[in-house]
Amino acid sequence: MKRLFRNPGRFIRFILSFFVGAFFIYLWQLCADLRLVSPVFLPGPDRAWAALVNGLMRGELGHQILGTVERMLYGWVLASLLGVALGAMIGISKVAREYLTPTLDWIRPMPASAIVPVAISLLGLTDAMVLAIISFGALWPMLLATVHGFAAVEPRLHEVSRALGLSRWSVVWKIALPNAMPDILAGMRIGLTVSLILTVVGEMLGSRDGLGFAILLAARSFHSADLFAGVILFGIIGYISGQLMSLAERHLLRWRQRG
Amino acid sequence: MTRKWRGAVVPVTLLVLAEIYCFATNLESDSLARPSDIAVAAVQALLDGEILRSTAQTLWAAAAGLGIGFTIGLSVGVLLGLFAIFNDLMEFSIEAFRPIPSVALIPVAMLLLGFGYGMEISIVAFATTWPILILTRAAISGIEPRLIEVARALRFGLFARIWKIVLPAALPRIFVALRLAIGVALVVAVTVEISSNPLGLGYAMMSAQQSLHPDLMFALLFWTGLVGWAVNAGLLQLQRRFFGPAAAVEVLP
Repeated sequence: MKRLFRNPGRFIRFILSFFVGAFFIYLWQLCADLRLVSPVFLPGPDRAWAALVNGLMRGELGHQILGTVERMLYGWVLASLLGVALGAMIGISKVAREYLTPTLDWIRPMPASAIVPVAISLLGLTDAMVLAIISFGALWPMLLATVHGFAAVEPRLHEVSRALGLSRWSVVWKIALPNAMPDILAGMRIGLTVSLILTVVGEMLGSRDGLGFAILLAARSFHSADLFAGVILFGIIGYISGQLMSLAERHLLRWRQRG
Repeated sequence: MTRKWRGAVVPVTLLVLAEIYCFATNLESDSLARPSDIAVAAVQALLDGEILRSTAQTLWAAAAGLGIGFTIGLSVGVLLGLFAIFNDLMEFSIEAFRPIPSVALIPVAMLLLGFGYGMEISIVAFATTWPILILTRAAISGIEPRLIEVARALRFGLFARIWKIVLPAALPRIFVALRLAIGVALVVAVTVEISSNPLGLGYAMMSAQQSLHPDLMFALLFWTGLVGWAVNAGLLQLQRRFFGPAAAVEVLP
Protein backbone atom coordinates (compact mmCIF):
# COMPACT_ATOMS: atom_id res chain seq x y z
CA MET A 1 0.00 0.00 0.00
CA LYS A 2 2.84 2.35 0.92
CA ARG A 3 4.43 1.72 -2.45
CA LEU A 4 1.17 2.69 -4.13
CA PHE A 5 1.20 6.15 -2.62
CA ARG A 6 4.84 6.75 -3.36
CA ASN A 7 4.17 6.17 -7.02
CA PRO A 8 1.14 8.22 -8.07
CA GLY A 9 1.03 6.75 -11.60
CA ARG A 10 0.62 3.29 -10.16
CA PHE A 11 -2.00 4.49 -7.73
CA ILE A 12 -4.08 6.10 -10.48
CA ARG A 13 -3.84 2.95 -12.58
CA PHE A 14 -5.01 0.89 -9.63
CA ILE A 15 -8.02 3.17 -9.11
CA LEU A 16 -8.85 2.96 -12.82
CA SER A 17 -8.66 -0.84 -12.78
CA PHE A 18 -10.91 -0.77 -9.72
CA PHE A 19 -13.50 1.16 -11.75
CA VAL A 20 -13.23 -1.39 -14.56
CA GLY A 21 -13.99 -4.08 -11.98
CA ALA A 22 -16.96 -2.05 -10.75
CA PHE A 23 -18.17 -1.81 -14.34
CA PHE A 24 -18.14 -5.61 -14.64
CA ILE A 25 -20.20 -5.85 -11.46
CA TYR A 26 -22.59 -3.32 -12.97
CA LEU A 27 -22.91 -5.54 -16.06
CA TRP A 28 -23.72 -8.47 -13.77
CA GLN A 29 -26.39 -6.35 -12.08
CA LEU A 30 -27.78 -5.40 -15.49
CA CYS A 31 -27.95 -9.08 -16.52
CA ALA A 32 -29.88 -9.87 -13.37
CA ASP A 33 -32.19 -6.86 -13.62
CA LEU A 34 -33.06 -7.55 -17.24
CA ARG A 35 -33.68 -11.18 -16.28
CA LEU A 36 -31.45 -12.56 -19.00
CA VAL A 37 -31.11 -15.52 -16.64
CA SER A 38 -33.94 -16.39 -14.30
CA PRO A 39 -33.42 -14.85 -10.82
CA VAL A 40 -33.90 -18.34 -9.38
CA PHE A 41 -30.48 -19.24 -10.85
CA LEU A 42 -28.65 -15.94 -11.05
CA PRO A 43 -28.99 -13.34 -8.28
CA GLY A 44 -27.78 -9.81 -8.90
CA PRO A 45 -24.78 -8.55 -6.92
CA ASP A 46 -27.24 -6.66 -4.71
CA ARG A 47 -28.98 -9.86 -3.57
CA ALA A 48 -25.68 -11.75 -3.20
CA TRP A 49 -24.32 -8.90 -1.07
CA ALA A 50 -27.48 -8.80 1.05
CA ALA A 51 -27.23 -12.57 1.61
CA LEU A 52 -23.57 -12.16 2.57
CA VAL A 53 -24.25 -9.39 5.08
CA ASN A 54 -27.30 -11.19 6.43
CA GLY A 55 -25.41 -14.46 6.91
CA LEU A 56 -22.54 -12.68 8.65
CA MET A 57 -24.94 -10.79 10.95
CA ARG A 58 -26.72 -13.96 11.98
CA GLY A 59 -23.35 -15.53 12.69
CA GLU A 60 -23.89 -18.72 10.75
CA LEU A 61 -21.59 -17.71 7.89
CA GLY A 62 -18.84 -16.76 10.35
CA HIS A 63 -19.15 -20.17 11.92
CA GLN A 64 -18.89 -21.89 8.54
CA ILE A 65 -15.95 -19.76 7.42
CA LEU A 66 -14.15 -20.65 10.62
CA GLY A 67 -14.79 -24.36 10.10
CA THR A 68 -13.51 -24.27 6.53
CA VAL A 69 -10.43 -22.16 7.24
CA GLU A 70 -9.57 -24.29 10.26
CA ARG A 71 -9.82 -27.50 8.25
CA MET A 72 -7.78 -26.06 5.40
CA LEU A 73 -5.03 -24.82 7.73
CA TYR A 74 -4.78 -28.04 9.77
CA GLY A 75 -4.45 -30.11 6.61
CA TRP A 76 -1.96 -27.69 5.12
CA VAL A 77 0.24 -27.50 8.21
CA LEU A 78 0.25 -31.27 8.57
CA ALA A 79 1.15 -31.66 4.90
CA SER A 80 3.86 -29.00 5.16
CA LEU A 81 5.54 -30.67 8.13
CA LEU A 82 5.42 -34.12 6.56
CA GLY A 83 6.31 -32.89 3.08
CA VAL A 84 9.32 -30.85 4.15
CA ALA A 85 10.64 -33.55 6.51
CA LEU A 86 10.23 -36.40 4.02
CA GLY A 87 11.39 -34.24 1.13
CA ALA A 88 14.54 -33.26 3.03
CA MET A 89 15.31 -36.90 3.83
CA ILE A 90 14.87 -37.94 0.21
CA GLY A 91 16.56 -34.84 -1.19
CA ILE A 92 19.85 -35.04 0.70
CA SER A 93 20.48 -38.69 -0.09
CA LYS A 94 21.41 -39.59 -3.63
CA VAL A 95 20.57 -43.24 -3.04
CA ALA A 96 17.08 -42.46 -1.74
CA ARG A 97 16.49 -40.24 -4.77
CA GLU A 98 17.47 -42.99 -7.18
CA TYR A 99 15.10 -45.45 -5.57
CA LEU A 100 12.16 -43.12 -5.00
CA THR A 101 12.10 -40.54 -7.80
CA PRO A 102 10.42 -42.81 -10.40
CA THR A 103 7.64 -43.65 -7.94
CA LEU A 104 7.18 -39.99 -7.04
CA ASP A 105 7.11 -39.02 -10.72
CA TRP A 106 4.37 -41.53 -11.28
CA ILE A 107 2.27 -40.15 -8.44
CA ARG A 108 2.87 -36.48 -9.34
CA PRO A 109 0.31 -36.10 -12.18
CA MET A 110 -2.31 -38.12 -10.26
CA PRO A 111 -5.37 -36.03 -9.38
CA ALA A 112 -5.23 -35.51 -5.62
CA SER A 113 -8.98 -35.95 -5.40
CA ALA A 114 -8.70 -39.51 -6.79
CA ILE A 115 -7.75 -40.54 -3.26
CA VAL A 116 -11.18 -39.47 -1.99
CA PRO A 117 -13.00 -42.80 -2.61
CA VAL A 118 -10.20 -44.69 -0.86
CA ALA A 119 -10.29 -42.30 2.09
CA ILE A 120 -14.06 -42.61 2.35
CA SER A 121 -13.96 -46.39 2.34
CA LEU A 122 -11.22 -46.46 4.99
CA LEU A 123 -12.34 -43.64 7.27
CA GLY A 124 -16.02 -43.11 6.46
CA LEU A 125 -17.67 -39.70 6.18
CA THR A 126 -15.80 -38.16 9.09
CA ASP A 127 -13.66 -35.14 9.89
CA ALA A 128 -10.65 -37.45 9.89
CA MET A 129 -11.41 -38.37 6.27
CA VAL A 130 -11.56 -34.71 5.23
CA LEU A 131 -8.31 -33.97 7.04
CA ALA A 132 -6.68 -37.02 5.48
CA ILE A 133 -7.54 -36.05 1.91
CA ILE A 134 -6.48 -32.43 2.43
CA SER A 135 -3.12 -33.31 3.88
CA PHE A 136 -2.50 -36.18 1.48
CA GLY A 137 -3.30 -34.06 -1.54
CA ALA A 138 -1.30 -31.04 -0.37
CA LEU A 139 1.64 -33.25 0.59
CA TRP A 140 2.87 -33.95 -2.94
CA PRO A 141 3.62 -30.47 -4.23
CA MET A 142 5.55 -29.72 -1.05
CA LEU A 143 7.38 -33.04 -1.03
CA LEU A 144 8.44 -32.75 -4.67
CA ALA A 145 9.47 -29.11 -4.33
CA THR A 146 11.51 -29.89 -1.21
CA VAL A 147 13.23 -32.84 -2.88
CA HIS A 148 14.11 -30.60 -5.81
CA GLY A 149 15.38 -27.82 -3.56
CA PHE A 150 17.59 -30.11 -1.53
CA ALA A 151 18.90 -31.92 -4.58
CA ALA A 152 19.84 -28.73 -6.44
CA VAL A 153 22.50 -27.38 -4.10
CA GLU A 154 25.33 -25.61 -5.91
CA PRO A 155 28.27 -28.11 -5.89
CA ARG A 156 30.70 -25.40 -4.78
CA LEU A 157 28.69 -24.95 -1.58
CA HIS A 158 29.32 -28.62 -0.83
CA GLU A 159 33.01 -27.99 -1.32
CA VAL A 160 32.84 -25.03 1.04
CA SER A 161 31.15 -27.12 3.68
CA ARG A 162 33.77 -29.81 3.30
CA ALA A 163 36.54 -27.23 3.63
CA LEU A 164 34.90 -25.87 6.78
CA GLY A 165 34.56 -29.38 8.17
CA LEU A 166 30.83 -29.00 8.82
CA SER A 167 28.93 -31.96 10.21
CA ARG A 168 26.15 -33.51 8.11
CA TRP A 169 23.51 -31.94 10.31
CA SER A 170 24.90 -28.43 10.01
CA VAL A 171 25.23 -28.87 6.24
CA VAL A 172 21.50 -29.57 6.14
CA TRP A 173 20.63 -26.76 8.50
CA LYS A 174 23.01 -24.04 7.26
CA ILE A 175 23.36 -24.76 3.55
CA ALA A 176 20.77 -27.14 2.13
CA LEU A 177 17.70 -25.76 3.93
CA PRO A 178 18.26 -22.07 3.07
CA ASN A 179 19.07 -23.15 -0.47
CA ALA A 180 15.83 -25.13 -0.71
CA MET A 181 13.74 -22.37 0.90
CA PRO A 182 12.49 -20.74 -2.35
CA ASP A 183 11.40 -24.15 -3.65
CA ILE A 184 9.79 -25.09 -0.35
CA LEU A 185 7.84 -21.83 -0.22
CA ALA A 186 6.71 -22.24 -3.83
CA GLY A 187 5.57 -25.77 -2.96
CA MET A 188 3.76 -24.50 0.12
CA ARG A 189 1.92 -21.93 -2.00
CA ILE A 190 0.67 -24.63 -4.37
CA GLY A 191 -0.10 -26.79 -1.36
CA LEU A 192 -2.28 -24.03 0.08
CA THR A 193 -4.32 -23.78 -3.13
CA VAL A 194 -4.68 -27.57 -3.22
CA SER A 195 -5.77 -27.56 0.45
CA LEU A 196 -8.54 -25.06 -0.22
CA ILE A 197 -9.78 -27.09 -3.21
CA LEU A 198 -9.75 -30.36 -1.29
CA THR A 199 -11.42 -28.73 1.70
CA VAL A 200 -14.34 -27.83 -0.55
CA VAL A 201 -14.45 -31.34 -2.07
CA GLY A 202 -14.15 -33.00 1.34
CA GLU A 203 -16.88 -30.89 2.91
CA MET A 204 -19.24 -31.49 0.00
CA LEU A 205 -18.76 -35.25 0.05
CA GLY A 206 -18.46 -35.70 3.79
CA SER A 207 -21.31 -33.29 4.63
CA ARG A 208 -19.09 -31.53 7.16
CA ASP A 209 -20.21 -28.25 8.66
CA GLY A 210 -18.45 -25.62 6.56
CA LEU A 211 -18.68 -23.23 3.67
CA GLY A 212 -18.24 -25.92 1.00
CA PHE A 213 -21.19 -27.93 2.27
CA ALA A 214 -23.18 -24.73 2.80
CA ILE A 215 -22.93 -23.70 -0.86
CA LEU A 216 -23.87 -27.21 -1.97
CA LEU A 217 -26.99 -27.05 0.21
CA ALA A 218 -27.79 -23.56 -1.07
CA ALA A 219 -27.59 -24.83 -4.67
CA ARG A 220 -29.78 -27.84 -3.92
CA SER A 221 -32.47 -25.68 -2.33
CA PHE A 222 -32.23 -23.02 -5.07
CA HIS A 223 -31.02 -20.29 -2.69
CA SER A 224 -28.90 -18.74 -5.39
CA ALA A 225 -28.11 -15.59 -3.39
CA ASP A 226 -26.61 -17.62 -0.53
CA LEU A 227 -24.73 -19.70 -3.08
CA PHE A 228 -23.11 -16.67 -4.70
CA ALA A 229 -22.35 -15.16 -1.30
CA GLY A 230 -20.47 -18.38 -0.47
CA VAL A 231 -18.55 -18.31 -3.75
CA ILE A 232 -17.55 -14.69 -3.10
CA LEU A 233 -16.31 -15.71 0.35
CA PHE A 234 -14.26 -18.50 -1.21
CA GLY A 235 -12.68 -15.96 -3.52
CA ILE A 236 -11.84 -13.81 -0.50
CA ILE A 237 -10.36 -16.77 1.40
CA GLY A 238 -8.26 -17.69 -1.63
CA TYR A 239 -7.12 -14.11 -2.10
CA ILE A 240 -6.16 -13.53 1.53
CA SER A 241 -4.29 -16.81 1.85
CA GLY A 242 -2.38 -16.08 -1.37
CA GLN A 243 -1.46 -12.60 -0.14
CA LEU A 244 -0.29 -13.93 3.24
CA MET A 245 1.85 -16.46 1.41
CA SER A 246 3.42 -13.71 -0.73
CA LEU A 247 4.11 -11.71 2.42
CA ALA A 248 5.81 -14.70 4.04
CA GLU A 249 7.83 -15.33 0.89
CA ARG A 250 9.02 -11.73 0.75
CA HIS A 251 9.92 -11.80 4.42
CA LEU A 252 11.71 -15.15 4.43
CA LEU A 253 13.60 -14.57 1.20
CA ARG A 254 14.87 -11.06 1.99
CA TRP A 255 18.46 -12.27 1.90
CA ARG A 256 18.01 -13.32 -1.67
CA GLN A 257 16.90 -9.96 -3.06
CA ARG A 258 19.68 -8.14 -1.26
CA GLY A 259 22.34 -10.51 -2.53
CA MET B 1 20.83 -51.02 -16.65
CA THR B 2 20.75 -51.71 -12.90
CA ARG B 3 20.27 -47.98 -12.31
CA LYS B 4 17.10 -47.98 -14.31
CA TRP B 5 15.59 -50.80 -12.31
CA ARG B 6 16.24 -49.18 -8.94
CA GLY B 7 13.11 -47.09 -9.38
CA ALA B 8 11.02 -50.26 -9.57
CA VAL B 9 12.32 -51.69 -6.29
CA VAL B 10 10.09 -49.66 -3.96
CA PRO B 11 6.71 -50.12 -5.71
CA VAL B 12 7.33 -53.82 -6.37
CA THR B 13 8.35 -54.44 -2.76
CA LEU B 14 5.24 -52.63 -1.53
CA LEU B 15 3.00 -54.68 -3.81
CA VAL B 16 4.60 -57.97 -2.73
CA LEU B 17 4.32 -57.00 0.95
CA ALA B 18 0.64 -56.06 0.49
CA GLU B 19 0.00 -59.38 -1.25
CA ILE B 20 1.73 -61.35 1.52
CA TYR B 21 -0.13 -59.37 4.20
CA CYS B 22 -3.49 -60.05 2.58
CA PHE B 23 -2.65 -63.71 2.12
CA ALA B 24 -1.41 -64.14 5.69
CA THR B 25 -4.39 -62.42 7.33
CA ASN B 26 -6.84 -63.91 4.83
CA LEU B 27 -8.19 -60.43 4.25
CA GLU B 28 -11.93 -60.00 3.80
CA SER B 29 -12.52 -56.28 3.58
CA ASP B 30 -14.89 -53.77 2.05
CA SER B 31 -12.21 -51.14 1.81
CA LEU B 32 -8.96 -52.92 0.96
CA ALA B 33 -8.15 -55.49 -1.69
CA ARG B 34 -5.38 -57.91 -2.58
CA PRO B 35 -3.06 -56.62 -5.32
CA SER B 36 -3.76 -59.74 -7.38
CA ASP B 37 -7.52 -59.15 -7.11
CA ILE B 38 -6.96 -55.56 -8.17
CA ALA B 39 -5.07 -56.76 -11.24
CA VAL B 40 -7.87 -59.19 -12.09
CA ALA B 41 -10.48 -56.43 -11.68
CA ALA B 42 -8.43 -54.14 -13.89
CA VAL B 43 -8.16 -56.71 -16.66
CA GLN B 44 -11.87 -57.49 -16.43
CA ALA B 45 -12.90 -53.83 -16.57
CA LEU B 46 -10.53 -53.28 -19.48
CA LEU B 47 -11.95 -56.24 -21.37
CA ASP B 48 -15.60 -55.31 -20.93
CA GLY B 49 -14.77 -51.76 -22.01
CA GLU B 50 -15.95 -50.06 -18.84
CA ILE B 51 -12.61 -48.44 -18.06
CA LEU B 52 -12.09 -47.31 -21.63
CA ARG B 53 -15.57 -45.78 -21.79
CA SER B 54 -15.09 -43.80 -18.56
CA THR B 55 -11.62 -42.75 -19.67
CA ALA B 56 -13.02 -41.46 -22.94
CA GLN B 57 -15.69 -39.48 -21.04
CA THR B 58 -13.15 -37.91 -18.70
CA LEU B 59 -10.71 -37.11 -21.50
CA TRP B 60 -13.44 -35.62 -23.69
CA ALA B 61 -14.70 -33.33 -20.93
CA ALA B 62 -11.14 -32.31 -20.03
CA ALA B 63 -10.23 -31.65 -23.68
CA ALA B 64 -13.37 -29.64 -24.45
CA GLY B 65 -12.95 -27.53 -21.30
CA LEU B 66 -9.29 -27.03 -22.07
CA GLY B 67 -10.14 -25.96 -25.62
CA ILE B 68 -12.41 -23.20 -24.33
CA GLY B 69 -10.05 -22.20 -21.52
CA PHE B 70 -7.08 -22.15 -23.87
CA THR B 71 -8.85 -19.99 -26.44
CA ILE B 72 -9.99 -17.43 -23.87
CA GLY B 73 -6.74 -17.49 -21.91
CA LEU B 74 -4.58 -17.14 -24.99
CA SER B 75 -6.51 -14.31 -26.59
CA VAL B 76 -6.85 -12.29 -23.39
CA GLY B 77 -3.24 -13.07 -22.47
CA VAL B 78 -1.97 -11.80 -25.84
CA LEU B 79 -4.04 -8.65 -25.50
CA LEU B 80 -2.82 -7.96 -21.96
CA GLY B 81 0.78 -8.80 -22.82
CA LEU B 82 0.86 -6.51 -25.85
CA PHE B 83 -0.92 -3.47 -24.46
CA ALA B 84 0.19 -2.35 -21.03
CA ILE B 85 -2.92 -0.19 -20.71
CA PHE B 86 -5.29 -3.16 -20.88
CA ASN B 87 -3.13 -4.98 -18.40
CA ASP B 88 -3.37 -2.10 -15.93
CA LEU B 89 -7.11 -1.70 -16.41
CA MET B 90 -7.85 -5.40 -15.93
CA GLU B 91 -5.56 -5.91 -12.95
CA PHE B 92 -8.22 -5.56 -10.28
CA SER B 93 -10.78 -7.74 -12.08
CA ILE B 94 -8.27 -10.52 -12.70
CA GLU B 95 -6.96 -10.50 -9.17
CA ALA B 96 -10.53 -10.56 -7.87
CA PHE B 97 -11.64 -13.53 -9.99
CA ARG B 98 -8.55 -15.70 -10.08
CA PRO B 99 -8.44 -16.83 -6.44
CA ILE B 100 -11.90 -18.42 -6.58
CA PRO B 101 -11.22 -22.15 -6.22
CA SER B 102 -12.66 -23.88 -9.30
CA VAL B 103 -14.46 -26.54 -7.26
CA ALA B 104 -16.44 -23.84 -5.44
CA LEU B 105 -18.14 -23.29 -8.80
CA ILE B 106 -19.44 -26.87 -8.88
CA PRO B 107 -22.70 -25.94 -7.09
CA VAL B 108 -23.11 -22.89 -9.36
CA ALA B 109 -22.63 -24.99 -12.50
CA MET B 110 -24.95 -27.63 -11.07
CA LEU B 111 -27.66 -25.04 -10.55
CA LEU B 112 -27.24 -23.33 -13.92
CA LEU B 113 -26.48 -26.30 -16.17
CA GLY B 114 -27.50 -29.46 -14.33
CA PHE B 115 -25.44 -32.64 -14.40
CA GLY B 116 -23.62 -33.71 -17.53
CA TYR B 117 -20.84 -32.61 -19.82
CA GLY B 118 -21.91 -28.95 -19.73
CA MET B 119 -21.08 -28.32 -16.10
CA GLU B 120 -17.86 -30.30 -16.16
CA ILE B 121 -16.61 -28.58 -19.31
CA SER B 122 -17.41 -25.12 -17.98
CA ILE B 123 -15.59 -25.73 -14.70
CA VAL B 124 -12.54 -27.13 -16.52
CA ALA B 125 -12.66 -24.08 -18.80
CA PHE B 126 -12.69 -21.72 -15.82
CA ALA B 127 -9.83 -23.55 -14.13
CA THR B 128 -7.59 -23.71 -17.22
CA THR B 129 -8.15 -20.13 -18.38
CA TRP B 130 -6.05 -18.65 -15.56
CA PRO B 131 -2.73 -20.48 -15.96
CA ILE B 132 -2.87 -19.97 -19.75
CA LEU B 133 -3.73 -16.29 -19.38
CA ILE B 134 -1.08 -15.52 -16.78
CA LEU B 135 1.70 -17.48 -18.48
CA THR B 136 0.87 -16.16 -21.97
CA ARG B 137 0.93 -12.64 -20.62
CA ALA B 138 4.30 -13.29 -19.00
CA ALA B 139 5.63 -14.94 -22.17
CA ILE B 140 4.63 -12.00 -24.32
CA SER B 141 5.93 -9.29 -22.06
CA GLY B 142 9.18 -11.28 -21.97
CA ILE B 143 9.68 -11.04 -25.74
CA GLU B 144 12.86 -9.38 -26.87
CA PRO B 145 11.82 -5.71 -27.43
CA ARG B 146 13.96 -5.48 -30.56
CA LEU B 147 11.66 -7.97 -32.26
CA ILE B 148 8.75 -5.60 -31.69
CA GLU B 149 10.85 -2.79 -33.12
CA VAL B 150 11.53 -4.91 -36.19
CA ALA B 151 7.80 -5.41 -36.60
CA ARG B 152 7.29 -1.67 -36.35
CA ALA B 153 10.07 -0.99 -38.88
CA LEU B 154 8.44 -3.44 -41.28
CA ARG B 155 5.14 -1.59 -40.78
CA PHE B 156 3.27 -4.74 -39.81
CA GLY B 157 -0.38 -4.36 -38.94
CA LEU B 158 -1.59 -5.60 -35.58
CA PHE B 159 -2.63 -8.99 -36.94
CA ALA B 160 0.63 -9.58 -38.81
CA ARG B 161 2.57 -8.47 -35.76
CA ILE B 162 0.83 -11.01 -33.56
CA TRP B 163 0.90 -13.81 -36.13
CA LYS B 164 4.43 -13.36 -37.48
CA ILE B 165 6.41 -12.05 -34.52
CA VAL B 166 4.67 -12.32 -31.14
CA LEU B 167 3.20 -15.81 -31.23
CA PRO B 168 6.27 -17.55 -32.73
CA ALA B 169 8.54 -15.83 -30.20
CA ALA B 170 6.32 -16.78 -27.27
CA LEU B 171 5.42 -20.25 -28.55
CA PRO B 172 7.81 -22.34 -26.40
CA ARG B 173 6.55 -20.79 -23.19
CA ILE B 174 2.94 -20.97 -24.35
CA PHE B 175 3.49 -24.69 -24.87
CA VAL B 176 4.74 -25.01 -21.30
CA ALA B 177 1.57 -23.22 -20.20
CA LEU B 178 -0.50 -25.62 -22.26
CA ARG B 179 1.24 -28.60 -20.70
CA LEU B 180 0.50 -27.33 -17.20
CA ALA B 181 -3.09 -26.55 -18.15
CA ILE B 182 -3.63 -30.06 -19.50
CA GLY B 183 -2.58 -31.39 -16.10
CA VAL B 184 -4.99 -28.98 -14.41
CA ALA B 185 -7.79 -30.00 -16.82
CA LEU B 186 -7.42 -33.69 -15.99
CA VAL B 187 -7.30 -33.06 -12.26
CA VAL B 188 -10.32 -30.76 -12.30
CA ALA B 189 -12.34 -33.12 -14.52
CA VAL B 190 -11.74 -36.07 -12.19
CA THR B 191 -12.49 -33.89 -9.16
CA VAL B 192 -15.81 -32.70 -10.59
CA GLU B 193 -16.73 -36.32 -11.37
CA ILE B 194 -15.84 -37.46 -7.88
CA SER B 195 -17.73 -34.74 -6.13
CA SER B 196 -20.90 -34.66 -8.20
CA ASN B 197 -21.01 -35.34 -11.91
CA PRO B 198 -22.15 -38.87 -12.88
CA LEU B 199 -19.59 -39.35 -15.69
CA GLY B 200 -16.12 -40.67 -16.30
CA LEU B 201 -13.33 -42.16 -14.20
CA GLY B 202 -14.09 -40.19 -11.05
CA TYR B 203 -17.68 -41.35 -10.94
CA ALA B 204 -16.65 -44.94 -11.75
CA MET B 205 -14.33 -44.85 -8.75
CA MET B 206 -17.02 -43.44 -6.48
CA SER B 207 -19.56 -46.03 -7.52
CA ALA B 208 -17.03 -48.86 -7.11
CA GLN B 209 -16.46 -47.61 -3.58
CA GLN B 210 -20.16 -47.29 -2.82
CA SER B 211 -20.95 -50.75 -4.16
CA LEU B 212 -18.13 -52.17 -1.97
CA HIS B 213 -15.83 -53.23 -4.77
CA PRO B 214 -12.45 -52.14 -3.39
CA ASP B 215 -10.62 -54.18 -6.05
CA LEU B 216 -12.25 -52.24 -8.88
CA MET B 217 -11.82 -48.97 -6.99
CA PHE B 218 -8.06 -49.46 -6.63
CA ALA B 219 -7.82 -50.67 -10.23
CA LEU B 220 -9.45 -47.41 -11.37
CA LEU B 221 -7.20 -45.40 -9.07
CA PHE B 222 -4.06 -46.92 -10.57
CA TRP B 223 -5.47 -46.53 -14.05
CA THR B 224 -6.19 -42.85 -13.42
CA GLY B 225 -2.61 -42.43 -12.25
CA LEU B 226 -1.41 -44.19 -15.39
CA VAL B 227 -3.49 -41.95 -17.67
CA GLY B 228 -2.16 -38.81 -15.95
CA TRP B 229 1.39 -40.09 -16.16
CA ALA B 230 1.08 -41.06 -19.84
CA VAL B 231 -0.37 -37.70 -20.85
CA ASN B 232 2.31 -35.84 -18.93
CA ALA B 233 5.14 -37.99 -20.30
CA GLY B 234 3.87 -37.63 -23.86
CA LEU B 235 3.69 -33.86 -23.55
CA LEU B 236 7.18 -33.65 -22.07
CA GLN B 237 8.44 -35.70 -24.99
CA LEU B 238 6.75 -33.35 -27.47
CA GLN B 239 8.15 -30.33 -25.67
CA ARG B 240 11.69 -31.72 -25.80
CA ARG B 241 11.29 -32.70 -29.44
CA PHE B 242 9.93 -29.41 -30.75
CA PHE B 243 11.21 -26.72 -28.43
CA GLY B 244 14.24 -28.17 -26.69
CA PRO B 245 15.99 -25.73 -24.38
CA ALA B 246 13.70 -22.86 -25.43
CA ALA B 247 10.97 -24.25 -23.18
CA ALA B 248 13.28 -25.42 -20.43
CA VAL B 249 12.24 -22.50 -18.21
CA GLU B 250 10.07 -24.35 -15.73
CA VAL B 251 7.25 -22.20 -14.40
CA LEU B 252 5.32 -23.04 -11.29
CA PRO B 253 1.59 -22.58 -11.78
